[in-house]
Amino acid sequence: MLTFLALASVVLLGIVPEQSQAIVIYTGWERHALVGSDIRLSCSFFSWRWTSEDVTFSWTYRPDGSRDSISIFHYTGGVAYVDNKGPFRDRLEFVGNPSRRDGSILLKNLDFSDNGTFTCDAKNPPDIVGRPSSVRLLVFEKVPIQAGVITGAIIGVVLGLLVLIVVIYYLMRFLVARRVFSLSVSKHGKKKKEGSQQRQGPAPPAADPSKVKAATSEKKKQESRKEKK
Amino acid sequence: MLLILLGVLILHLLILILLIVSTAVSAWSVTGGSTTDLWYSCLTNNGGYHCRPASNEDWIQAVQALMILAVLFCFFSLVAFLYQLFKLVKGGRFFFTAIFQILASLFVMCAAIIYTVMSPDDADKAFGYAYVLAWVAFPLSLISGLIYIVLRKKE
Repeated sequence: MLTFLALASVVLLGIVPEQSQAIVIYTGWERHALVGSDIRLSCSFFSWRWTSEDVTFSWTYRPDGSRDSISIFHYTGGVAYVDNKGPFRDRLEFVGNPSRRDGSILLKNLDFSDNGTFTCDAKNPPDIVGRPSSVRLLVFEKVPIQAGVITGAIIGVVLGLLVLIVVIYYLMRFLVARRVFSLSVSKHGKKKKEGSQQRQGPAPPAADPSKVKAATSEKKKQESRKEKK
Repeated sequence: MLLILLGVLILHLLILILLIVSTAVSAWSVTGGSTTDLWYSCLTNNGGYHCRPASNEDWIQAVQALMILAVLFCFFSLVAFLYQLFKLVKGGRFFFTAIFQILASLFVMCAAIIYTVMSPDDADKAFGYAYVLAWVAFPLSLISGLIYIVLRKKE
């Protein structure tokens, strides 16, 4: 039974990756940076196989408006080879960790001429079939505000204020109405108690019924105001 | 009485339509064959119609936000008017409707002023019809708001 399971698992492991054996490479889509700053271009991959010792990473660069790509970085056999002749000589550094499937590079001291598309291609033998992934670098003098940020902020603040004002208004009305109601109830209760005491004691002060009348008339005013709105 | 009500309602609907058209159509500025702002910058040549998104500057986003808020408040005012028409006590005034309508007119005014002041001065740049509609919608909505303050519900 066990041998059967072991054989089946070996066969499955052999078959399934065979069909879905494609390496998937992840980089960003677009990166924005300021002139003179450094930027880290990340590249990682997903593969069904374990990370082999012969894993390779390579970066190529295509300037904006040009059709030719130039290779600027290659990692193979455990050694990273950076650009020493091209547009990024002395400005490129390897900051990735190949055993963790990270092939990121660091570009230093960016300039406007660095605008372009960077393509990362990773291979994890025997898993070599895959599409390279590209990230676009945009270098700005001043990082622009994204479309819709200010628009959304203004609309959100105004609508939020509106909702807040409406909530506060109804809350105030509710609280005032409840206070008036509890006041009238307490006065009514006091009047009853003093009415029962009256059979033994002096007459109750005349202020009480007028206070009750004032409370009920205020409540009526509130209701009419509610109806008016 | 019914005639006045109908007139006021038609005016309100007209203002709402003006605001929606002014906000949605990207024709606040016209230069030669291209129309720009508020959302797209479109160029018409014999090849066809090519559009790209308008610039992301702060003031254009502020104008977008204010126009959208004006449309929303005009719509809220319409809903409040219909609600108060049936729920108001006899002799009452349409205060909520008036407040929302006047706020809408305020927002359109701010949007139009910001656009007028901040739009760049190019040689052959002219203002498009959406801009004109915004300026027309402002006094109309202000008058409509004032009418709602004065209007009273009769028997």
